[in-house]
Amino acid sequence: MRIEGKGQIDRTRPVSFTFDGHRYQGFAGDTLASALLANDIRLMGRSFKYHRPRGVLTAGSEEPNALVTTGLGPAQEPNVRATTLELHEGLIARSQNRWPSLDWDVMAVNDLAAPFLGAGFYYKTFMWPRKFWEAVYEPVIRNAAGLGALSGEAITEKYERAWAHCDLLVIGAGPAGLMAAQVAAEAGADVILVDEDTRPGGRLNAETLEVDGMPGADWAADLADDLAALPNVRIMARTTVTGAYDGGTYGALERIAPDMAMRPGAPLACFWRIVAKRCILAAGALERPVAFQNNDRPGIMMASAVRAYLNRWDVVPGRNVAVFGNTDDAHRTAADLIAAGVHVSALIDARHHSTTDLDVPFYAGAQVSDATGRKGLEAITISRASGQDKVQADCLAMSGGWNPSVHLTCHMNGRPAWNRDIAAFTPTEGAIPGMVTAGACQGDFSTRACLEAGARAAAEVLEGFGLTLPHVEIPKAEDSAYDITPLWAVPGKGRAWLDFQNDVTVKDVKQAATENFRSVEHMKRYTTQGMATDQGKSSNVVALAVLADATGRGIPETGTTTFRPPYVPVPIAAMGSGAQGKGFAPERFTTSHAASKERGAPMIEAGLWYRPSYFPQPGETHWRQSCDREVNMVRNTVGVADVSTLGKIDIQGPDAAALLDLVYTNMMSTLKVGRVRYGLMLREDGHVMDDGTCARLGEAHYLITTTTAAAGQVMRHLEFVHQCLVPHLDVRFISVTEQWAQFAIAGPKSRALLDDLLDAPVGDLPFMGYGDVTVDEVAARLFRISFSGEHAYELAVPACYGDALFRELLTRAEALGGGPYGMEALNVLRIEKGFITHAEIHGRVTAGDIGMARMISAKKDCIGKAAAARPGLVEEGREQLVGLTPVGAVKELTSGAHLFNQGEEAVRVNDQGYITSVGFSPTFGCFLGLGFLKDGLSRHGEVLRMVDHLRGVETLVKVQDPVQFDPDGGRVRD
Amino acid sequence: MRISCPICGERDRREFYYVGDAVALNRPAADAGPEAWDDYLHNRDNLAGETRDLWYHESGCAAWVVVTRNTVTHEVYHTELASDVREAQP
Repeated sequence: MRIEGKGQIDRTRPVSFTFDGHRYQGFAGDTLASALLANDIRLMGRSFKYHRPRGVLTAGSEEPNALVTTGLGPAQEPNVRATTLELHEGLIARSQNRWPSLDWDVMAVNDLAAPFLGAGFYYKTFMWPRKFWEAVYEPVIRNAAGLGALSGEAITEKYERAWAHCDLLVIGAGPAGLMAAQVAAEAGADVILVDEDTRPGGRLNAETLEVDGMPGADWAADLADDLAALPNVRIMARTTVTGAYDGGTYGALERIAPDMAMRPGAPLACFWRIVAKRCILAAGALERPVAFQNNDRPGIMMASAVRAYLNRWDVVPGRNVAVFGNTDDAHRTAADLIAAGVHVSALIDARHHSTTDLDVPFYAGAQVSDATGRKGLEAITISRASGQDKVQADCLAMSGGWNPSVHLTCHMNGRPAWNRDIAAFTPTEGAIPGMVTAGACQGDFSTRACLEAGARAAAEVLEGFGLTLPHVEIPKAEDSAYDITPLWAVPGKGRAWLDFQNDVTVKDVKQAATENFRSVEHMKRYTTQGMATDQGKSSNVVALAVLADATGRGIPETGTTTFRPPYVPVPIAAMGSGAQGKGFAPERFTTSHAASKERGAPMIEAGLWYRPSYFPQPGETHWRQSCDREVNMVRNTVGVADVSTLGKIDIQGPDAAALLDLVYTNMMSTLKVGRVRYGLMLREDGHVMDDGTCARLGEAHYLITTTTAAAGQVMRHLEFVHQCLVPHLDVRFISVTEQWAQFAIAGPKSRALLDDLLDAPVGDLPFMGYGDVTVDEVAARLFRISFSGEHAYELAVPACYGDALFRELLTRAEALGGGPYGMEALNVLRIEKGFITHAEIHGRVTAGDIGMARMISAKKDCIGKAAAARPGLVEEGREQLVGLTPVGAVKELTSGAHLFNQGEEAVRVNDQGYITSVGFSPTFGCFLGLGFLKDGLSRHGEVLRMVDHLRGVETLVKVQDPVQFDPDGGRVRD
Repeated sequence: MRISCPICGERDRREFYYVGDAVALNRPAADAGPEAWDDYLHNRDNLAGETRDLWYHESGCAAWVVVTRNTVTHEVYHTELASDVREAQP
């Protein structure tokens, strides 16, 4: 029920929303929970296991019960806490884990079966028969238990990731955090102040307390406004710090205000990584419930939440409210309710010595032992030494004391310490390097103590920065002592709830102890205590107190479970934003991309690059037709292909030759200026890393190429060899892959094409020669190299001319009867010639395996030379590169198929080798393949079985030399 | 984790490519024999505590950096350019 009050909602801005299909109204400034309570809705969800009716318990991010699903379709978001969900126009919220409706839930029958569903139920019940687990048990349990569901559709919402850096990160903008930020800001430190609430102030927003003679909420708002105006302060509202990590790095989730998030292009949330030199944790404390029979009835909520709904949102959660606690907070709650004109039916204080001046039925030294009212609280039972009383109440405000929010201090293995004075755990100093704790999270529970602690923490940090401490007056505020008599579980027979979200009761924890799950970590896993989305924020300490009691140990000896990040659930979409789809794998396009697409070429991915697969001509209906035509074209006239994706590394300096001699197996120092040499690189373990060409452009200037796939790896390797092994060499290198567009012009008519195109004829540039040329007065590089086995060139121009040159080359090629060719044809051409790619040099082959043992120069050392001589890498029986062609009934070869001797079973122990590359050769009119075969060099002419177990293909293959086309190489030299 | 690149200053570890033990700087002579090469290539201690390893500032300045750090506490003690470390060796 909404009452007139001084709260922080904006009554001039009504907001309408729906919950389970019904339309309601609230105000701007409401949360979904406060708006539902204002509409007298107490039942907000069903529990995880027993489908018990549940209402809201808290008013913050620790909420275990009031979880809803928002949005529709791809925007559907499950398990949103109604207590932090800002009410906005058009909000659609639905309750969860109920069927057919929240009010009438069929699965509530589970509650009757509760005696069989206790701790360890899964482990004991579903042991056998084994195959029933996947077929029967799991689907049934999954259906019956659970929270909200994802839509299953890909998200369309936008999330963001961002970084922030500062001198000081202050976590929490309550009295302690605000004070710390003020002192640090006035000293000139660069401060980020974050708070998960929509407005600064922390508990001041929920209490009637005064600071500096004015309402606490107003004091907080004024100070935050002053701080926000400073250039060295950044205030981040709606931002929850989710984890503390190494090196002063903190993860934080910022929810964007609903009116901002609705703007086009705006994100829903942003995941921040904040790097701070120092951090002040002023995270406050969370109130803990008391375990008593049926303490999960809708209408039973934390006393701090009742005050928050009353003072901040002008909402009374009941018309007849009882209050139960073991600190002065119970009295404060009763006083606030009475002041607001709400009827308080009982004030129950577990402390025997307590007294009150309030005009209410008062029970000192008493406890609430039971509650009735299945879908909403109707009455409570009060027990004391003299007997039991039953009192009518539609709302019970309960308080078992406060737990400092130590969570972040435990993220790097820190363990909190038990503080007997406040009956709670407090952080251990230095648990997170660079972090200081202040205020309620350190156990300072009065407002004045928080303000002082905040200022003190800031002073400590400023001293470390070498900044002068400014004079800041600490405002006047309430400074009452904290007087608690610990109360965890009220004795009784029925089920008393600890973990509301996972349906764990006192009985479950005791049973775990009885079955010898006595360690707190074992108890947690056996009962699932604290393993729900709220991570047991309100229940863990009570649960371990119950365990301590059941095992006859003290609470400090029992210890806590490990708090791990994230502090609140973080959408995967926020953490992974920017890394979906194209963000995960950016596209790299060559300069000829547009021209290739215009010609209808399908693209194939090569690493991040996109390369044309083939160039279909009118009438061609199958890729093989295009591919065959392109292969014939290169063999008979001239073809043009973009080869810019190969890595290009420019190497300069007096010691360039010495570096290359070390990284290549063969000599590059003897290469003459104006010549190109094929080169092979090994890893230091003796296996082949990459191959490519090496051109000497000048005495101290080389240009090497790498394969497309290994460009990054080779660059890293060169940097390693230079910096880590031979830093004394005077040499520098840089990747120029994207600076140059490079095209292969291959085929018998390639020279004719270039003679016509270039400003001066090619002349007698020899095979493996290099020359500086000009195209339309643009300086270009011409290499006479060939990956097709034909007379061929590669022409490189600065990338800005790539598109124009490619189009010009195609026009000229077509005039000569040629045209463009794609990756498919390029692959067939190289297989015919026995040229290798990374299909062959896949990381497990040696130079010897690919027939290049003699490329390891005997005259010098090189990377990998020593290891390549290991007996295992040179012994007989290694698989060596061979050419293959089908001779059986099936005229097909498949890549990945294995080779077996005829007459032997096609099983692993009989394996003779495998096929790495295949293609249909129009030149030979049959399939050709490359592969590795045991002692293959000496087995040319043999016929073997090829078996592809995966595709179910089998045939006979003939072993031959890998170089199947033009073995003496006459065509390239011609 | 934050790593201080001797050239660029303190950066997030995501900017670096991790390789392994800084023993990679001590490449044996070509004729050092199989045991020396085996140690260089394969044998590594798996210490809980202080380690020296190589990181490559791939998303930054391309420097190879020797990082001395603690595998238990994740504390980074100090960083040096690998080329400086190598040049200081005999």
